[in-house]
Amino acid sequence: MSELFWMSVSGFLTLFIFSFLYKDNPFYKFAEHLVVGVSAGYFTMILLVTSLWPKLIDSIAAGQYFYIIPGILGMMMFFRFSKTKSWLARYPIAIYIGVGAALEMILQLQARVIEQLNATIKIAGSIQNAGSIGDVVNNLIIIVGVVCGLAYFYFSKEHKGAFGGAATVGIWVLMVGFGASFGYTVMARISLLIDRVQFLGNWINLITG
Amino acid sequence: MAKNNSSNDIFDRMLTIDRRWIFILLAIVVVTVYIIEPTVPVLVTREVQQLYDHIESLKEGDVILLAMDYDPSTLAELHPMTYTVLKQCFKKKVKVLVTALHQNGPGMADQALRETVAIHEAATGDTLEYGRDYVFLGYKPYPAIVINSMGQDFHISFPADYYNTSIDSLPLTQRVHNLTDLDAIINISGTSATDYWIAYGAAAYNVPLGIGVTGVMATDYYPYLQAGRIFGLMGGLKGAAEYEQLADNVGRATAGMAMQMWAHVLIIFFIVLGNVGYFMTRNRTGKE
Repeated sequence: MSELFWMSVSGFLTLFIFSFLYKDNPFYKFAEHLVVGVSAGYFTMILLVTSLWPKLIDSIAAGQYFYIIPGILGMMMFFRFSKTKSWLARYPIAIYIGVGAALEMILQLQARVIEQLNATIKIAGSIQNAGSIGDVVNNLIIIVGVVCGLAYFYFSKEHKGAFGGAATVGIWVLMVGFGASFGYTVMARISLLIDRVQFLGNWINLITG
Repeated sequence: MAKNNSSNDIFDRMLTIDRRWIFILLAIVVVTVYIIEPTVPVLVTREVQQLYDHIESLKEGDVILLAMDYDPSTLAELHPMTYTVLKQCFKKKVKVLVTALHQNGPGMADQALRETVAIHEAATGDTLEYGRDYVFLGYKPYPAIVINSMGQDFHISFPADYYNTSIDSLPLTQRVHNLTDLDAIINISGTSATDYWIAYGAAAYNVPLGIGVTGVMATDYYPYLQAGRIFGLMGGLKGAAEYEQLADNVGRATAGMAMQMWAHVLIIFFIVLGNVGYFMTRNRTGKE
């Protein structure tokens, strides 16, 4: 009985959301506001129970008084709501940005730039040793794609002649990339619809026994 | 002249189809295929095969970290991946640590873990013991900082598990202290946490990383696959269906493939229709 009740709640909420596809209406608004409210409430409680309480309150209660400093810095964030004292919020934000930038700078540069560059250079070096014609073609596409893609984003030289041709190839490479992303995005959105159809099917089966 | 006008009207209509007709047709196609239940072949791609092979190569007692960084909004694509990976690990007697670094994800992750354990126990008769065979560490905010600290010591971010039990009292976390003690990380994600697992987990501590991501995210991570930073990749529902085929665990993802295919056929039809209308009306405008 409990399962039927909660599946019915989910089923009606799904239909409320789908009703927006015809036009905006109060049922859709109700479901939309419910999602936002429940998400915010759930997130707040999860944050309080799993992080703020054990990390701050329990730690201070256990005699680790240095946790008072991040606690005060966290509370200083709320000064953003004050017209006269909002400058106080800049200190915790500055610390947060400083720590974040320091963490991101080295590791993201390593993972996103240097390793990618290294992998492309390795491909260039291994073309002659590639196992099959298919591998050679794949490697050449990657190298030409990277060089031409970079050429498109080089704006200090006019895109004319051979350089302009490379930039045009770069645009095509980017378009192929965007096309692949679009295809995957369509698949992702259809997947959400499929899940809801499967759910509604299960719900109807439960009702009809 | 009248014939010319009527053909122009058709092309104009192609460009101004009320989107609600598209929604209705899409719903009819998906529901019809759901009722008929046709099967379509699912061809396995190299990146999914590599992910499967890596987990298959793990030995009994090895430990993986399954990072479930998503919430119910992307459950449709990612839950089948989670269930199949968990079942495969339990079948191989690989120990599993689970985290959920999305704020709306821990309750859902807990439910998925419990269900998979129950399914495994019912199917095999084995008993999986919490703390020895699997541990759910739960959620902590700011994935970048959490992952970075897990590289040093799990205690920094997770002194206690999701159920508030000290991780010092659990046999599995007594012998696994940080990311370098793991045999692999599998990140199933609908958020940017994957970037952090790549940078702060795989790159910083050189731990083998495999990922399962939503279709929207998939193309962003192929360069990491090509560079060897990740050993495998599942992209969207198709990736999940491929993994289900490999793991002999046919489920919701595989069932969804026929609906996916026919919905794509319809969408391609509308794309072609729109383009024909566009080019025909563009040519007409040029002549005028």
